[in-house]
Amino acid sequence: MIPFTTLTSRILPLPIDNIDTDQIIPARFLKTISKEGLDRNLFCDWRYHEDGSERADFILNQPEAQGAQILLAGDNFGCGSSREHAPWALTQFGFRAILSSSFADIFRGNALKNSLLPVVISEDVKQELFALRQKDAGVEVSIDLESQTLTLPDGRQVEFPVDPFSKYCLLNGVDELGYLVKHEAEIAAWEARQPWALNTLGA
Amino acid sequence: MSKPRTIIQKVWDNHVVAQQEGAPALLYIDLHLVHEVTSPQAFEGLRQRGLKVRQPSRTIATTDHSIPTTPRSLPIVDPIAATQVAKLESNCKEFGIPCFGFHSENQGIVHVMGPELGLTQPGMTVVCGDSHTATHGAFGALAFGIGTSQVEHVLATQCLLQQPSQSYEVRVDGVLKPGVTAKDIILALIARIGIGGGTASVFEYRGTAISSLSMEERMTVCNMSIEGGARAGLIAPDDTTYEYIHGRRFAPQGEAWDAAVARWRMLPTDEGAAYDKSIVIDANSLEPMITYGTNPGMGIAISQPVPTPDAGKDAIERDSIRKALDYMALEGGKPLLGHPVNVVFIGSCTNSRMSDLRQAAAILKGRKVSPSVRTMVVPGSQEVKRQAEAEGLHEVFRAAGAEWREAGCSMCIAMNGDQLAPGEYCVSTSNRNFEGRQGKGGRTFLASPLTAAASAIQGSIADVRSIL
Repeated sequence: MIPFTTLTSRILPLPIDNIDTDQIIPARFLKTISKEGLDRNLFCDWRYHEDGSERADFILNQPEAQGAQILLAGDNFGCGSSREHAPWALTQFGFRAILSSSFADIFRGNALKNSLLPVVISEDVKQELFALRQKDAGVEVSIDLESQTLTLPDGRQVEFPVDPFSKYCLLNGVDELGYLVKHEAEIAAWEARQPWALNTLGA
Repeated sequence: MSKPRTIIQKVWDNHVVAQQEGAPALLYIDLHLVHEVTSPQAFEGLRQRGLKVRQPSRTIATTDHSIPTTPRSLPIVDPIAATQVAKLESNCKEFGIPCFGFHSENQGIVHVMGPELGLTQPGMTVVCGDSHTATHGAFGALAFGIGTSQVEHVLATQCLLQQPSQSYEVRVDGVLKPGVTAKDIILALIARIGIGGGTASVFEYRGTAISSLSMEERMTVCNMSIEGGARAGLIAPDDTTYEYIHGRRFAPQGEAWDAAVARWRMLPTDEGAAYDKSIVIDANSLEPMITYGTNPGMGIAISQPVPTPDAGKDAIERDSIRKALDYMALEGGKPLLGHPVNVVFIGSCTNSRMSDLRQAAAILKGRKVSPSVRTMVVPGSQEVKRQAEAEGLHEVFRAAGAEWREAGCSMCIAMNGDQLAPGEYCVSTSNRNFEGRQGKGGRTFLASPLTAAASAIQGSIADVRSIL
């Protein structure tokens, strides 16, 4: 996993609540057996016309989308399906962080495992950022994960929550599986204590 | 005396393998269900790290999302889907996991297959790379959907790193009126709390209206917990649960059965246990529900008019209603009853079990679906298909002019060619009405199998109570 420490970037706004993972990456693109190549279809049905040409009015198709690494979205971002293809598509497009007033649980967990930082901000800060971005497409914010602070364009800092374990993994670029594997002895001991087991084999 | 606990807490406590300061708990997973869409990258991860599957005996796979629902004698025409299905079968072979694949007589939607084989049991932790895994909560299991990284974690270690959830009591008391079903209970809950209302929580459904539901109806309720934003949803096991499981293929047998039931009887929430949140729903006052918008929280009683954007509590909600009505090409303030539909879909992990098909067949028997409506009936599993055919339900559907297809997710997720054309309207017994969910530009009304069948006959959205 790529470490996440600090990030300064322009923001791309999607002022819509409840953006579900079917919008982020429609199900018809989940037939792949690879993680790659999903960025082309990120927000596909909002991004392209029927004939495959780009919709000029969609934010990802505008010049300022180039190089922007932070998405600013409405409430309950990432609801719906558990598809990890959603954070894969977002990171392949170039996003490293998403700002919103709340995230759906499964998406949040999937994002953290892909070095994509979900940053929970207050409703007020969210609205303020949408308004600032509307006036100036070039506004930037900075994220410092170590201090858990978001620096707004005027220099004010707001704190955001991250659980200590995810923070450690992100700062150091280590993934959870390594940690789990290290508990092999405890897992084996737990299994040995169980009075009952399931056996799907011989099916 | 120890502190009273909820069933949610008990199942959690029973599965914590390790818990370090500042880190999430290692939670042991009893049953891992695997399907073709969210697993290939996880198996590839195992290969790259040189890891094995820790407990193939707690793992089982099937194909459901990508597969066609045309006769099984036909090949999978879509080469990308065919590759994905073949990959699941080769991965399962390589890692020693049992797989009820495309041609298996036990193939089915993963959340239909698990319970019908007796794999899902009370007090278990159950995961699957699919957000509708909460279905298994109907048995008093803590069952939740996970991403592909976590599929890899469970394959490798049989454990997940988890933070505890909040407990959310959903009490439904009273008696459902004729024409009102389990689907209407869950749609009514989500309409009340919104699709983010259960975030960070696990629902426990209880109350007299819940305990009088059959296991299949309980699965319908638990299935859509994610649509209320919850991580999981469950119902304490009782005699209805034990009766359903007894004698099924992977259920404990003989003395082990008695021991299991004794253990399961300890699971229900203790008297006096506290919940973080609670809501009460009066079953007596529920009507058949239907969604009008583009998320499952946008639901109304079927006799009600479509809300106008003014019904939103703030500017963003007003805007989201406006957007939804625009996508659905519906006018606020007008009734949905009588609105023409093009397709009726009866199926999905929410409503594709025997009781769902029997309800739909009871409405369709001796009637014809409207010639303007394509009606698809897709059983949840090969087992459901066999049983329905043994009861002659397929003849009822065919005689009414509906299609009787092979088992799979089908038009719930529209990955397999079963899909709406842009602009088409569908009354669907599935679980999501997101933009494009049933095909790009398609428009979905979520409802019960009764409402779906009645609408198929009328050719437009119908109140089933008028023909009961």
